[in-house]
Amino acid sequence: MATSFHAAFESLRANRVWKSIFRSGPAITNRTRSLAVFGNLFLHWLPVKVREKSLRVRAAYYLGSLSFLLFLILVVTGVLLMFYYHPAAPNAYRDMKDLRFVVSNGVFLRNMHRVGAHVMVLLVFWHMFHVFYRGGYKPPHEFNWVVGVVLLLLTLFLSYTGYLLPWDQLAFWAVTVGTNIISAMPVIGQKVRFVALGGNIVGENALLRFYVLHVVILPLLAFLFIGVHFWRVQKDGGLTVRSKDDDGKN
Amino acid sequence: MSETNQNEAAELSGGKPAVSRRDFLNEITLGALGVAGLGSAALTYQYFSPNVLFEPSTTFRAGNPDLYPLDSVTFLQDQQVYIVRTDAGFYAVSAVCTHLGCITQWKPEANMIACPCHGSKFQPNGRKIEGPAPRPLPHYSINLTADGELQVDKLQIIKSDQVLKV
Repeated sequence: MATSFHAAFESLRANRVWKSIFRSGPAITNRTRSLAVFGNLFLHWLPVKVREKSLRVRAAYYLGSLSFLLFLILVVTGVLLMFYYHPAAPNAYRDMKDLRFVVSNGVFLRNMHRVGAHVMVLLVFWHMFHVFYRGGYKPPHEFNWVVGVVLLLLTLFLSYTGYLLPWDQLAFWAVTVGTNIISAMPVIGQKVRFVALGGNIVGENALLRFYVLHVVILPLLAFLFIGVHFWRVQKDGGLTVRSKDDDGKN
Repeated sequence: MSETNQNEAAELSGGKPAVSRRDFLNEITLGALGVAGLGSAALTYQYFSPNVLFEPSTTFRAGNPDLYPLDSVTFLQDQQVYIVRTDAGFYAVSAVCTHLGCITQWKPEANMIACPCHGSKFQPNGRKIEGPAPRPLPHYSINLTADGELQVDKLQIIKSDQVLKV
């Protein structure tokens, strides 16, 4: 069985189409393994080699990877929610209720999106604390720390803009209070609030603006900065590892 | 030797011009891009500031003055305004807390206006008793229409000592 499977895989590899996609051939030597990573768009910004230490769970508790995984989950569930949601009053509230009580598995997707967002904020903060206490912001990682701060802000803005979309009392008052904090800015505060809301009150314009920010602008920015963040981890020499772990292991 | 001196020297000797063609084109291109960038920023700002708003009217009729008994504070929920009648006359006080925009509540037993969000307290005339609200509740312009009804304009804020005598 194992040999026939192996033979089938070998014949697949000999196929012309397969060869045109994976040009470097089977990754059996260090050179061909490296070529396989370099030649793949999705792998090329990951390091070709890593220190064994940086793969230990305690090196980072996979906090960054888990944050990214949650981001992907939120993109997928969010796109699915968009199929039933109209960013207009009063449809928005009804659509949210429909997702909870009428649409098949809607409550599962909505809660996955909602809880996933909470967990992502938690993990991004935890990731940041871990990097901070490990000294991961020190040279040559300073720039990537700053990129990380931008990603933290994007995560918080995504949460905040998403908070308005259910269009319930909680959403309305949270955004009323939040945008009134904006208007406390000296001189330009009122103008910034007016443009952010598209009016003087939290109304339909504000809902639409927050929706566009939430589903297009902020996720695109997050993708961009996540790409830079991952790429810089490799360029800055991989994860920060200590010469000796707390448990004394090298 | 500074750059200007070098350029002058070059000019006098009939060599290279003070500004090379490449620098000139670079500067003029960057300048044009800068002007276009500023212009598009301004246009984008204008685009994002709506000219027509489909928001509730800020002027409303509050009914006949006789509806309001003497020494009373009446909360108009739809308008988020208190109509207060005292010996001196009528005035209209905003019910929107000056702290973060929550809707305050009239507490007749304590004779004060209180905010449920963060505990700000106000006198019926809007004066602040207790924070965190930074300012007193504003008074809106109030007058009588030709047919004798009260009319409030929430865009016009008047001094708190102005009252409408009916």
